[in-house]
Amino acid sequence: MKFSERWLREWVDPPLSSTELAERLTGAGLEVDSMQPVAEDLSKVVVAEVVEVRPHPGADRLTLCRVDAATGEQLSVVCGAPNVHRGMRAALALPGARLPGGVKVRRSRIRGEESKGMLCSARELGLGAEEDRIIELSGDARVGRDLRDELALDDVSIDVELTPNRGDCLGLAGIAREVGALTGSAVRPPCCEPVPAQIEDAVIIRLDAPSDCSRYVGRVIRDIDARAESPLWLRERLRRSGIRSVSAVVDVTNYVMLELGQPMHAFDLDELAPPVRVRRAHGGESLTLLDGTDLELDDHALVIADGSGAVALAGVMGGSRSGVTQETRHILLESAWFHPRTIAVEARRRGLHSDASHRFERSVAADLQRRAMERATALLLQIVGGSAGPVVDEIREDHLPVPARIKLRESRIQRLLGMKVAPNDVAGILTRLGLHVEGASTGEWWVQVPPFRSDLAIEADLIEELARVLGYEQIPDRSPVSDLRMRPRPEAGLGVSVVRELLASRGYQEAVTFSFVNAALQRTMAPHASAIPLANPISSEMAVMRAQIWPGLTRAMLYNINRQRTRVRLFETGLVFHRTSNGVRQEAVVAGLATGPVNPEQWGEKARNCDFFDTKGDVEALLERCRVSGTVSFEAASMPALHPGRSARVLLDGAPVGSLGEVHPELSREWKHSAPVYLFELSLSSLSAGRQLLFEPLPKHLPVRRDLAVVVGESVSSDAIRGCVGQAGVDVLDNLELFDVYRGEGIDSGKKSLAIGLSFRHGSRSLVDEEVEEGIRVIVSALETYLGAVLRG
Amino acid sequence: MRDVGQTLEEALSEIDSASTLERLDEVRVRYLGRKGRITDELKRVGRLSPEERPEAGRRVNAAKRSLGDALDRRREALRADLVGTRLEMGRIDVTLPGRGQRPGGLHPLTLTRERIEAFFEGIGFDVVEGPEIEDDYHNFEALNIPAHHPARAMQDTFYFEDGRLLRTHTSPVQIRVMKEREPPLRMIAPGRVYRSDALDDTHSPMFHQVEGLMVDEGVSMADLKGVLHDFLRNFFERDDLPVRFRPSYFPFTEPSAEVDIGSPEGGWLEVLGSGMVHPQVLENVGIDSERYTGFAFGMGIERLAMLRYGVDDLRLFFNNDLRFLEQFR
Repeated sequence: MKFSERWLREWVDPPLSSTELAERLTGAGLEVDSMQPVAEDLSKVVVAEVVEVRPHPGADRLTLCRVDAATGEQLSVVCGAPNVHRGMRAALALPGARLPGGVKVRRSRIRGEESKGMLCSARELGLGAEEDRIIELSGDARVGRDLRDELALDDVSIDVELTPNRGDCLGLAGIAREVGALTGSAVRPPCCEPVPAQIEDAVIIRLDAPSDCSRYVGRVIRDIDARAESPLWLRERLRRSGIRSVSAVVDVTNYVMLELGQPMHAFDLDELAPPVRVRRAHGGESLTLLDGTDLELDDHALVIADGSGAVALAGVMGGSRSGVTQETRHILLESAWFHPRTIAVEARRRGLHSDASHRFERSVAADLQRRAMERATALLLQIVGGSAGPVVDEIREDHLPVPARIKLRESRIQRLLGMKVAPNDVAGILTRLGLHVEGASTGEWWVQVPPFRSDLAIEADLIEELARVLGYEQIPDRSPVSDLRMRPRPEAGLGVSVVRELLASRGYQEAVTFSFVNAALQRTMAPHASAIPLANPISSEMAVMRAQIWPGLTRAMLYNINRQRTRVRLFETGLVFHRTSNGVRQEAVVAGLATGPVNPEQWGEKARNCDFFDTKGDVEALLERCRVSGTVSFEAASMPALHPGRSARVLLDGAPVGSLGEVHPELSREWKHSAPVYLFELSLSSLSAGRQLLFEPLPKHLPVRRDLAVVVGESVSSDAIRGCVGQAGVDVLDNLELFDVYRGEGIDSGKKSLAIGLSFRHGSRSLVDEEVEEGIRVIVSALETYLGAVLRG
Repeated sequence: MRDVGQTLEEALSEIDSASTLERLDEVRVRYLGRKGRITDELKRVGRLSPEERPEAGRRVNAAKRSLGDALDRRREALRADLVGTRLEMGRIDVTLPGRGQRPGGLHPLTLTRERIEAFFEGIGFDVVEGPEIEDDYHNFEALNIPAHHPARAMQDTFYFEDGRLLRTHTSPVQIRVMKEREPPLRMIAPGRVYRSDALDDTHSPMFHQVEGLMVDEGVSMADLKGVLHDFLRNFFERDDLPVRFRPSYFPFTEPSAEVDIGSPEGGWLEVLGSGMVHPQVLENVGIDSERYTGFAFGMGIERLAMLRYGVDDLRLFFNNDLRFLEQFR
């Protein structure tokens, strides 16, 4: 809501500077967004009377005027505007005047004729868009007076950003009431006498949808002059409120809306076939709006209709057929109450937003319609003339909102605000806000809410009003008092912060990527995952919810590679999303990406690109650091995003908890990056269920170690060897370490030689050599039998 | 016996000029070896007359001792030199960089979030998380934002075909916590939230909030002010930080307040929204609003991180440019 400060001060004039006033409004919840001077730099522009107008001898389109600006002599001025005429009061920029945009006016000769100044258009003065006509001041403007004084240009436009509950402040009257309540200054609304009917013409109005429209005030005005121009004062007020002047009739309806908060509409009566009905639209009905939009209506829409169909989308915009034009002679004025929800639904659904719908959505007082009608009638008769018919006031009381009557307890005020408010202040503040307050003796009041404050419905609303008007700075600061009780902290459950710290200490940088990703990329990386598409994505890059963090991480990697980074290590924690049979699964995971040299470039070490086992080492470190309970294993797996021979699924007690591997070469082919890229992802829930720490007595005897080298087929995995040795049944075997894998000279192709370190230990005594030898014999025999291993000499 | 002194002097001089342990040992052999000159002298003493023998023996033995001591001293000195030389040869350039993995770092939004969590955990608030794909009930209805409420237009929502949506704020976690637990409640809920805004320097379709909630008997707006003042001054580590509570409107709080902090350049910067939990919201989750009152607040993590670290473009948080991220190591 934007308005002129001077206009507000005609209603209520507190002893505050503009800045103080703005601070007071902001402090009460009417946030002042901006304060703009209504006029730019403007000096030596005065009111002048045009005394004589004659053609310019040297130019067809110019006139030679003599003007009186009370300078002691009549001045000759060349003018190009078609509307200049004798006797008019105009704005004259004298030689030396400064105009907006840094323009300086000089005495000049135009086509041989002297011009001692310039008659100005609204545009030249920074007061509007009109540039081919000079501005016409009111007939009683005092000649010679500075234009800044004449038009009260020492004024600011105050723009208040209103919260959606304060529809009552979408009119100057509401702002004035608020300022009165905040400052205690008296509010003086301009007088508005009812305009008696001069003719008998009336239009029949039918409220066919009484819950959508419970009140409709209509009035006929005949024989208007639709070509009449709005007076400058009115146009200036509209301009200072951010509204463009259109025509006198529309300007008046807009003016009353700005003043009182009641949107109004004017129909061309000759284009209407009464009776007027306010009803839901029929399916298939259509309507062309004033702005040219064609609508196909259905029964969500509330329309104003006549005998031949819809003529306006109620509360949003009028139709073009019945719009007021320069030729209009008779009008029907509308001032109605529409249900906020009805208007909101339709305006939102259609993507239509107008000053009227903005107000109706936020609720207009249900007792304002008649007052607005009288005000508009009075102004119209003044400006466009004509004769008014009687006010037709169709009303369905049973459907009008009933303002609340609320009990307010002193004790509750203190409980909610943490401070006492004096009973006198309670009654005073609420009364100044226009509420009716009864009682007080027993520490409680009954408060009757007026129709313009439909946002006030419960006790807490009233308490907010008190706090707001007193100022939140009055409320003391207090540290909450509460029972000091410890929260459970399971030692086994290490949080996600441990995961982050570990990855960071292993050289990973945390990333934050969007939760929605490119659908094609996600499909390539996980074609079987049913990624959930957004119904209204803002771009194709953000079209589906990620089923993995990998798409985001690879995008982030490419971003950095394109900026000459060859070594990228990133991780992210967050949710991934999957569609399931009964809804969605939102799972917290940690994912990482590594590519390029394992370590940063270093003088004493040969650079080596990270490989599968570096990444696996990071994954293992994570699992170990989080002390996962259960048996971790890795099994070869095939995943669309990953190289089929270089990817693995991570299992915890046999159940999958994650995966890792090298990015599939087909996927990385287009990347301008030669080093392989490794990815991993682990479910965070698997990492958060840690094992409880428990001491085991230290072994009394040192282990005996023997190393073996066995040759096995390429397909025999490390895990198979480990499993086979474990199941050989040697209970004194304490540990197995695989410490070398060798292929090449001396080993047949298709085979590999594995070096295994075996540690033997007995729990309670030293082992004798024979026991160790026996153990090795059993193990070798098992390896030979089950895995076809050959002991290497 | 005229030359024992002479021999000793010659020996001592040779010891002094022996430059290596090997040379020194040759000197020892030359004088004290089996055929050494001092050994010879001793042998000669045996052949002297009984009158001459004691005096001569004393003198030769004294010379032998002096020689032995001198040899020991010189040996020690040479050994020390040798160690010194070896150490000198082993000198390295300690200013060359170290080897191995370098630490990465956490995202500035995580740093900010963890700081916020630490302050509130310190006064007994639990950290709770909730789903990001939400339903209309938890994101809007239960928070007193019915369909077509003008407040819905303030938050442009991402929807799914089935009517579910991406949460537009962390407030639905309030509802989930209040439905599951009994007062007294003290919790914060950090996490991602979504609004259909195009990405620019001040808007993002995804950002982070921290929701806060305290519900108990006798919780008032004074407690809300106290806690938020305390938090903001600790977060920014400025005891004189100007903080302003300004009336505002949220459908789920009444009274409602926006909180601004004083900007170093003058003026105010909005940092969070807050208020007393609306009685209807308490009733929606089955909490007796006559007995219990509560406060709630929601703050943008990006906003706080930008102010704290001086970041001037929201997009930097989501580009994952290592040159940016590495500044927060």
